[in-house]
Amino acid sequence: MAIGKSVNRIDAIAKVTGRAEYTEDLYKPGMLVARYFRSSIAHGRVKNIDVEKAKVLEGVEAVFTFKDVPENKFATAGHPFSIDPDHQDVADRLLLTRDIRFMGDEIAIVVAQDEIIASKALQLIEISYDEYTPLILPEDILKKDARQIHKGSSNIVGEHQYSTRDLQVISGDVDDALEKADYVVEGNFETVMVQHCHLENHIAYAYMDDLDRIVIVSSTQIPHIVRRIVSEALNMPLSRVRVIKPFIGGGFGNKQDVVLEPMVAFLTLKLDGRAVQINLSREECMTGTRNRHPFHINVKTGVMKDGTMVARKMDAISITGGYASHGHAIAAAGGSKQSSLYPRMATKFHARTLYANIPVAGAMRAYGSPQVIYALECATEDAARKINMDSVEFRLKNIARQDDINLLSGKKILSCGLADCLLKGKAFMDWDKKKKEYEKCKSGPIRKGLGVACLSYTSGTYPVCVEIAGARISLNQDGTVHVMVGATEIGQGSDTIVAQMAAETLGLAYEHVRVVQTQDTDVSPFDTGAYASRQAYVVSNAVFRAAADLKKKILDHAGLMTGKKARDLNIINGKIVDTHTNAFLMDMKTLAIDSFYHKERGCQLTADVSHKTTTNAPVFGCTFVDITVDIPLCKIKINKIINVHDSGIILNPVQAGGQVHGGVFMGIGAALSEELMINPATGYIYNNNLLDYKFPTFMDLPQIHHDFVETFEPTSGYGNKSLGEPPVISPPPAIRNALLDATGVSINSLPISPHKLFTAFKKNGLMVSKGDADV
Amino acid sequence: MTTFREITFSINGRPRTLYIDMRKSLLEVLRQDLGLTGAKQGCGVGECGACSVLVDEVLVDSCIYLAIWADNKNIRTIEGEAKNGKLSRVQQAYVDEGAVQCGFCTPGFIMATTSFTQKCTGEKITEDEIRKSHAGNLCRCTGYQNILKAVEKSIHPDKE
Repeated sequence: MAIGKSVNRIDAIAKVTGRAEYTEDLYKPGMLVARYFRSSIAHGRVKNIDVEKAKVLEGVEAVFTFKDVPENKFATAGHPFSIDPDHQDVADRLLLTRDIRFMGDEIAIVVAQDEIIASKALQLIEISYDEYTPLILPEDILKKDARQIHKGSSNIVGEHQYSTRDLQVISGDVDDALEKADYVVEGNFETVMVQHCHLENHIAYAYMDDLDRIVIVSSTQIPHIVRRIVSEALNMPLSRVRVIKPFIGGGFGNKQDVVLEPMVAFLTLKLDGRAVQINLSREECMTGTRNRHPFHINVKTGVMKDGTMVARKMDAISITGGYASHGHAIAAAGGSKQSSLYPRMATKFHARTLYANIPVAGAMRAYGSPQVIYALECATEDAARKINMDSVEFRLKNIARQDDINLLSGKKILSCGLADCLLKGKAFMDWDKKKKEYEKCKSGPIRKGLGVACLSYTSGTYPVCVEIAGARISLNQDGTVHVMVGATEIGQGSDTIVAQMAAETLGLAYEHVRVVQTQDTDVSPFDTGAYASRQAYVVSNAVFRAAADLKKKILDHAGLMTGKKARDLNIINGKIVDTHTNAFLMDMKTLAIDSFYHKERGCQLTADVSHKTTTNAPVFGCTFVDITVDIPLCKIKINKIINVHDSGIILNPVQAGGQVHGGVFMGIGAALSEELMINPATGYIYNNNLLDYKFPTFMDLPQIHHDFVETFEPTSGYGNKSLGEPPVISPPPAIRNALLDATGVSINSLPISPHKLFTAFKKNGLMVSKGDADV
Repeated sequence: MTTFREITFSINGRPRTLYIDMRKSLLEVLRQDLGLTGAKQGCGVGECGACSVLVDEVLVDSCIYLAIWADNKNIRTIEGEAKNGKLSRVQQAYVDEGAVQCGFCTPGFIMATTSFTQKCTGEKITEDEIRKSHAGNLCRCTGYQNILKAVEKSIHPDKE
């Protein structure tokens, strides 16, 4: 039995020996390289561009500008295609642009024999612009006479709202409920643009293997979606495009977008099928791909003296930057995925998504929830404090319980271990004792505090998007099996748990299951890819069915060989056993050889399942944190932090722990130090490199603790729910709440950097300077 | 215009003589001329450590180390660490502790740990020392938590 065991990753040996091949490792001799010519302004239009000098430089093969690309706008978001035209993504992108919408926008591209020549050629391009005032702040973007960043858009990509009254899940209007509440607590919360910083930058290359077909090799989370979008962008039949995804060095959502693939496909088409690669530099990757949407959120919470929250009203503005990419889907998802957390109060959520002249925002780990739940959990803390109730008690009174009805979907929550998560976290922190102890640490230069925050998330995108997964399992001649899935391994451990699932259902040893680790749209089953923490949940339903089907075929064949009834046989530890007599009948190899080579009976035993999941299990969790605040140094030190998750049955405890550690680490970065710094007047990016963009190093982190509350989710193949993204959500509000506990100061914007602490401490009289001259 | 020069070095214990473009970094020569693609480029300017290799047993970012500087030196890369079908102690610790996720930083990290453990095997090492000695290597997947465990296990292989 393989489920629930901490087996080693299926790809661990390949990775520790340096043999795992990533896109850049699959170098083709003679491959050309392409580099973008990017705008040096954030908003404007190209007046004139002269590429003649670049074209004649020795070693340059071609230069293309916005004049040379198809006038065919396409959408880049890595969503499944929607049959409903109202749900299709915004098509606002050309391969190259004359209209500049952020600093670094792509105007031209040089193809050369090597990187050095390409870089030289870029310097020979002459350009002049009509410059417009960059629109960066919401108030400027929404001004009536503001220039439209995309003509006809009014600078609004999308807007929506939902309320529990309209949905008729909970009676009563949110405004009435706020009116009737003992107290209404209001806050404004802000998050900033942060970047994924996957260690492998975006890279893709393409070539043609005949006169018709384009082969793209790309570091992508979504090979099947890339195939469709390239065909749309280049207006060619989908079957002419083949996408191969090798090992990928992290994605975190940034590779759930079609970024380089249409361009490399275009270039190989233009260059007679020669191989062309684009390998972004770190600096380009941080501004020219995608980032996380900054949000501005107003929250009103209605609370009764007894600690019951009765109303919540949220109004959010999300900034998507120069192009829509995932656009309004982020705000919509963030709004909907919080709906399981506190499902028993009148709720209204309204959001708008705006264009702005800053880098493009797209999908990033937890897709809107880090912004929405940050605001929600800060507001929840403020409500608890308003009535002087303990933060944990207050949450225990209001959080979702099993059998509650999700206020947005109207569906019953079938598994919910959040209360136990809170109790486990509370015990781990020794909450009550520490609370008392820290009462003495609320004055002076060094202060201490405790914070908590909860989260809810989902296990996929249904019913907004289709959830389809494919699995194919074949018996090998030596009695092992090969599994092919369309789901993509991006570092999260997907292939490993697929192997565990297949081993579990087939009755084989984990070591006897091989998973094909490259997705190739020519051969891999269809699956939309790695996002929304969907894979373990949605794929489980396909793998379970395929494995069960193959097991039946194996036992039927064993029946043919032995003359026994298949229903009296089973596979136990890779052996065919008669369940009546417990007699060992044969090993898998004997059966396999017979199925392949017996001249009259059998065949290659294979199962192939494509399955649509039409459920979506909510998941839950919480962060507890204990901090020390050094007021003169404006520094927060994390003494202890733990995330506790209800993600259903845990398939592989060590690998699951790794997902939690990585999420908490990203959450700590977003809470304390990470921000893509943008000049609000010019749109200039100050820190698009790994030295100045401060994501935590080994030295900046405490030990990260984790725990699980295992529930059984009946809608998935193995009782499991999602886990990849959720851990990133709750650390920032927990840290903010701990700071409030320690100092009484609310800082309602991220990151809580020393700079921000300094300003807040001065404003609140915690720091007294000898005069502004010292500042 | 380009100047080529002959250099001789030892790569994973085997001598090699190459005629190289002097502008190339050691990382480029390893990856492009020798086909040793285990070391990765994550930034190209010495910020991330994904390209870490050992030069005369000293840990360097090979992306900012000119290949000609490697003349007459001993280079160790990830490809030479597993021998006779067996992982090195450090590699095995990374596998066992779940310290690998996307794997892109892993070859560099393993070289950093290899360098560190050679200096301090059997010694009493604090968590802070481990963190400091690996601060030049960035990882975006693991929160460094299981890497910390793998390093501890590499130093004290018998401790469970």
